[in-house]
Parts: sequence; C-alpha cells; structure tokens
Amino acid sequence: MPLALSPIARRRIGVFRRNRRARVSLWIFLVLFVVSLGAELIANDKPLVMRYDGQWYMPLLIDYPETEFGGFLPTRTDYHDPFIREQIAEHGWALWPLIPYSYQTLDMQMMRPSPSPPDGRHWLGTDDQGRDVLARVIYGFRLSVAFALVLTAGSLVMGVLIGGIQGYFGGKTDLIGQRLTEIWSGLPVLFLLIILASLVQPGFWWLLGIMLLFSWLGLVDVVRAEFLRARNLEYVRAARAMGLPSRLIMWRHVLPNAMVATLTFIPFLFTGAITTLTALDFLGFGLPPGSPSLGELVAQGKNNLHAPWLGITAFVSLSLMLSLLVFIGEGLRDAFDPRHIQHAPSATPLTRTQPNA
Amino acid sequence: MPDSRASPLLRLDRLSITFDGKPVLEKLSLEVRRGETLALVGESGSGKSVSALGAMNLLPDNATVSGGRWLVDTDLATLRQRDWQALRGGRVGFVFQEPMTSLNPLHTVGKQIGETLRLHQGLSGRAARERTRTLLEQVRLPRPDELLDAWPHQLSGGQRQRVMIAMAIANDPELLIADEPTTALDVTVQQEILALLAELRDRHGMGMLFITHDLNLVRRHADRVCVLYDGVEQETGPVSEVFQSPRSEYTRTLLDAEPTGRPAPPTSRQPLLEARGVSVSFQRPRRLFAPRPPAFEAVKPIDLHLAPGETLGIVGESGSGKTTLAMALLRLVESRGEIDFDGERLDRLSGNALRRRRRRFQVVFQDPYGSLSPRLPVSDIVSEGLRFHYPDLSASEITQRVRTALEEVGLPVDCAARYPHEFSGGQRQRIAVARALVLEPELVVLDEPTSALDRTVQKQLVELLRDLQARRGLSYLFISHDLAVVRAMAHRVMVLKEGALVEQGDCQTLLAEPSSAYTQALVKAAGLSG
Repeated sequence: MPLALSPIARRRIGVFRRNRRARVSLWIFLVLFVVSLGAELIANDKPLVMRYDGQWYMPLLIDYPETEFGGFLPTRTDYHDPFIREQIAEHGWALWPLIPYSYQTLDMQMMRPSPSPPDGRHWLGTDDQGRDVLARVIYGFRLSVAFALVLTAGSLVMGVLIGGIQGYFGGKTDLIGQRLTEIWSGLPVLFLLIILASLVQPGFWWLLGIMLLFSWLGLVDVVRAEFLRARNLEYVRAARAMGLPSRLIMWRHVLPNAMVATLTFIPFLFTGAITTLTALDFLGFGLPPGSPSLGELVAQGKNNLHAPWLGITAFVSLSLMLSLLVFIGEGLRDAFDPRHIQHAPSATPLTRTQPNA
Repeated sequence: MPDSRASPLLRLDRLSITFDGKPVLEKLSLEVRRGETLALVGESGSGKSVSALGAMNLLPDNATVSGGRWLVDTDLATLRQRDWQALRGGRVGFVFQEPMTSLNPLHTVGKQIGETLRLHQGLSGRAARERTRTLLEQVRLPRPDELLDAWPHQLSGGQRQRVMIAMAIANDPELLIADEPTTALDVTVQQEILALLAELRDRHGMGMLFITHDLNLVRRHADRVCVLYDGVEQETGPVSEVFQSPRSEYTRTLLDAEPTGRPAPPTSRQPLLEARGVSVSFQRPRRLFAPRPPAFEAVKPIDLHLAPGETLGIVGESGSGKTTLAMALLRLVESRGEIDFDGERLDRLSGNALRRRRRRFQVVFQDPYGSLSPRLPVSDIVSEGLRFHYPDLSASEITQRVRTALEEVGLPVDCAARYPHEFSGGQRQRIAVARALVLEPELVVLDEPTSALDRTVQKQLVELLRDLQARRGLSYLFISHDLAVVRAMAHRVMVLKEGALVEQGDCQTLLAEPSSAYTQALVKAAGLSG
C-alpha cells in the first residue's frame, strides 16, 4: 500500500509550506547539508581525476606513491609540491576541486605569514596554522550537523523509551523513574567532560557517548506527559481489552500520538547539540586538535583579533546555521499547533515565543 | 407597551449561514415571543446551534450570515462590535452545554458572576456581592454565602450549570439562549434545571430559545418547536400539534426513532459469567502528615450472573460505578471478589494467560470518536486483535475475516482502507462493534454504545446489536443511563447508585413497576412512552 498521509498530516504539511520563512530555510539548509556531504569533492588537496602518461588516475580514492609521477621517495604524493605540479603539467592534466585544500592542508607555498587575509588563493583567508578557512568551514559544518544528527537520533530513542515506559506504566514506575532522572540531571555534564578530557583523548564517539548520557533528559518529560495522557484514551483501553501486550499497545497506539509533541522538540534538540559541541571545542575540551570544528575557529578568532576574518567567518557560519534551524523548528512547531490548523486558510502567524532550546 | 407580549422578541427572517461558501443553514425564519420557550430541535450537524450563534454574531470569521434578524426593534445585522458587547450578556443571556468547561477554573464563582454585573451594570464591591448572592438564591443553590467564595471544581455538574444560569440572568436579559443546557447532566438533574429555567422565564418575562436534540425534553418543557434537518427548517408549530400530527416526513422519523422492540429470549440458563462479591475501591491520596483517608469504594460488593444469549442492563447516573463494575469484570481495573467466566476463575489469571482469554470477552466503548485510533486504517483497527490472537492466519484469511465482520455490521466492504475520521459517529460505532466481533467473543460489554449518537442512529445500532445477539448467541453486559435504549436491549436490569445495587429484576417488570424511590425517579425523569 502506498504511503497514505492522513489529512491531519497533509494539513500540517500545508501549514508548513505556507510559512515562507521556514520553507526557504529548510531548502537552504538541505542544499548546504547535501553540498557539505560531498565536501571531499569540493575542498581537497588532491585532484579529482588525473591523466598522466596516457593513464587515468583517481587520487581522490587511491593513494599513489610519488615515484609514480617521477618523484624520488615512495611516500604519498603531495600534489601541491611544485615539482609534482610541473610533472603533471608536462605529462598530462589534472582536474582539481573548486577549493584545492582540505581542512588540514598546510599551505607551504604561501608567501605571507599566517593567518593571512582573504585573497584569490584563500577565499576566506587562512587560520594561524596556514589552513584554508573556507575548507575548514565546509568540513566543520558537516561534522557539526552529523554530530547533531546522531546525537538527536540517539536522544530520541533513549528519551522516548524511558519517557514512554514511565508514562505508560505510571504509578511507582513513574515515581521512581522521575526521581532517578532528576538525580541524573543534577550531574554536571561540563565537569564530566573536562575530567574525561584529562583521562582520554576525546574523539567524536567519546563526546557523543557522554553527551548522549544526558541529552535525552529534556525529552523524557514531554514523552512521559504524552504517554500519561494517551494511556487513558479509549482506543488504548480498547486495545488492552483486546488482550494486546503492552509493548504492542505502546508501539502501535500510544507512540504515534506522542510523536507529535516530540517532533516539535527535535529542531531545538538539534540546535542545542550543535551549540554544545561548538562550546566544547571553543574551550578546548571537544574534538581532537586538527579536527575541522567551528568551535575551534571561534577560539582562533578570539586569539587572533588582528585577523578579523577568522572571527567574522565563524560568527556568520554559526549564526546562519542556527538561524536556519530555529526557523525550521518554528515552522514545524506552528504546523503541529492545532490552533494553526483550524485557522489554516487565513494562515495568520501567531505570536512566536521562543521555547527553551 | 400595550402589545409587548404579542410582538416577537427575537425574529429571524430567512437567515442563511455559510462556512467558506458551504451552506449550513438555509432561510430559517422564526420568532421567539416574550414568556414562551421555542425549542430548536435537530440531530447533530443540523445547524441548530449555528443558527443561534449566527444570529448573535458569535461565529468565526469564515462564516457569512445573511438575512434579517431583529431583537425587538434592534436590527442585529447593522450592529457594531461595541454594541454587540453590550447586548450579549446584557439583553441576551447564554447557557451553554458543557458546565465543566464554561466556568473559569481560576476564579471563584462570586467573582465570575460579579464580572458580568460590573461590565453591564457598573456594580462593584458590596453591591455586586449582594446582587450575586440574590442570583445564587434565585437559581436555588444551597448555602449561597459559602458558594460566593467557592471554586468551580468544588461544585457538581448540576451546580455549575446553575451558576451558568445565574450569570445568564444576572442582567435581566429579555432573551435567554440555552444551547443543550442539560445534555451533560444526569436525567434527574436535567428535570430540575429545566424546571428552574421555566420558572425564571416566567418570573422575568423572558423569551427562551431552547436548543436540544432530545424530543422528550421538548415535549415537556417547550411551548413551540422548530425542527431542523440538514440546515433546512422542516416544520414549526405548537409542541402538542407537532407531536400529535407531524406534517413533515423527517419529524415523523424523528418521533419514531425511540428504540422499540424486545430482545430474543436467551438460549440457555447455564451462566457464562458469574461474579460474587465483586468490589472496586480506589485509594485516596494522603495529605502530608495526615492519616490516609479511607479508600473510596467505587463499587460495593455485587453479585451478578449472565447466561449465553442474555443481556444484562446496568443502569445508573454518572458516578454510580456502572462502568467501573464492567471494567472490573473485564479485569481492566483491580477488584476484589470472584469472577467466573465459563467455569474458570478469571480473577486468578494474570499476564499472558489472561491476555489469551481476552479474545472471548470484548468491549465497545461510549465515545465513537475516541475509541478508534485516528492513525490506523479501518482494516488495521479491526484486524489488530486477530493478528495477535491468531498469529498463524495468513494475510488473505485475515482480510477475509475483516471483510466478513464489516459486512456483518452493515458497513460497505470498501471502507477497510479508509481512516476513522471519514466516518460518521454511527458508522464508527459499527467499526468498534466489528472490531469486537471479529474475535468471535462470547461476551461483549457495551459501555453506553449509543449515548453519543443521534436518536435515529441509536435505533439502527440497537437493532443491529439485537440481530447479532440472535445470530451468534452473544451475551451482552449493556451499560446505559438511557432507559428507553435499555428497555429495547436488556432481558434483566440492575440499577446502581453510588456503587451499590439498588434493585434488580426482569427489565419490563422493573421499568413498569419500580419498587425503590430512586428507580421511580429515574423512570419518571426518562419519561418513557408506551
């Protein structure tokens, strides 16, 4: 059977589409994200395709030793090396990405001290280690969004599971669960991360794991309340009278209704995840050094006030990304607002209040 | 004013209302005179509430109202917003259906009545309080001095409706619009409220527009009646005339719609369900440092038995514990006492063993809008229990059984792929019946299955249920507050009050000659005909 949208869902999509700001934001964000997914094709220090001595080479996928191109050492080819460049120009051609630098490429051929201001070579300048800022922003954007995506998905699973169990069974389960989550939410996340940073070198997954331990807490209350409400609905009682086991009832009858409230929460969870990662990187407790991270760029901007392009780039890219997400979130929230659905034909924007993200 | 009694108080002249271009009321003309009650009768969606709201400019922006409307000699069509505010609550009073939600829970009763006095008469302080107290006395509320400072949640439904009436008459309106004022109340309370309204109408010389779906109330409490169907006026006339010799076809079906007939006699005497001393109590919350108050006894120990093919009616007003008793018998709430189902102790089972037995006793709930999950198509709703209880069935067998069940309850076969919201209340209730039937149960608990439906639809459902019982030998536990429906469904009746059994016996005998005062009051309030 094809995916049949219920009329409620169709009306919600209608409301969302009529909200021009949210719709445009969603498109811009999607385009940026898709583009950043192919970051290797846009910003890389290796040519995409090469022809050398009548043969095809794919430096993007395969590492060739320098000897292949007339070099002396059997090491990985540095395609920025002037000698190799000459060789390639003589024996064939190479198709370079739009930005011929990866996020960790140090530009050795630069004539100016780093950080260098924007010019034709580096469109947004370089940072204090001579790396291309635009390349780092593209990779950093991808990393932030990926981190937020995984974290949001993980929090969603944990939050819905724990909140659902508390709400559906209620009574003592709920009471004990609520007290435990309260104690748990009292743990200082930032200190835990700092302590962790002194024990291990925190990588992407380490950070994700630690954050995941706490980020679901916000969802629990929402999901719990929805389950508490839904478990007394008549069709849930009807399912119980039919003898369905609790897990089936929760999955098939209660969850779809709880998802409405949960979905509106997601964009704000998402922005929260991005901000937290940025803050950690800024403080130096985040991703390992050298990772393309927007937080690290902010820190560089702070340390190099004489190079304003660093700070401005970090500010613009972060505020653009977060604004887009907040606009999308607002659109989603309005779409799920029953008052909006009733007044859909007129589509008058209601007062917007900022929920705590 | 020499002929003020004869001149109409409210006059509607070919009033038409459309929502986004879709007509909901067409050319309604009516008059309400001083000192009389005009009943506006119709089924849900007939446009009866919309007409009153439209006349008083209370509809949302996407509604268009056309035609003439006059309050005495004020042309309502030309009124500006400011004048409306003075008129509504001043010259026109409103009483709405839902007494639970029409009072603000955050203000005391006295403050809420006082507000209308302040807005319309400029009364404040002591004067307003004094007047409020008089009003509370007028609507016959006990202890008016205490009630002035009471919060809405401390009052019962009937008391809240009295407060609403006090607010409506606070500014001596000329016209009182009562939109289903008693629908949410118990039958005995209904009678008191309507008698009070009639008394106030006479004392203040008001005209009353009484909107209702209940013909029984119209017969007893209205002077003239206007019947609406699908936004079109069917007929208007004095109550006695319309009830004696209805002119329009629709009025006749409406009058015939009271469920009639009797169920077929039960097939066997051997009890299918037997309960001994079943009781339910809820623990009350404990205040800090105070001893725990005694548990609230929702159902006091009750014995009952039910034979195959038999219907046991359980009758009582809200809060009498009739639904709780049924839920206890189904093991959906915790209870004490013995429950025997087909020779097996149900009260000793739990977990999976109990779930497997549930196939044999099913339930149909009251609210057809709430009892079907809005996110599942009908085929999934009906087949859900099948898929759990018979995991070996193939997809085509399931489809076949769903189709048979839907046919059996008289629904078109093509409805399986559609969603619940596409169906009317009556059709939804049929889906709920199909969902229960598809499991081939022996006992079905019917928890007020007809009370959310229009009379004509009620009658069809009652006939369907009786038919199914005759064909399948089903046992019904039929819960209702509506004695007319119970009479048409049940073999035996139990009357409950405050969780305790008042009396029980053969349905016809008991309704004809009730022995307890409580049942007598119920039967009298129901006004059973024939």
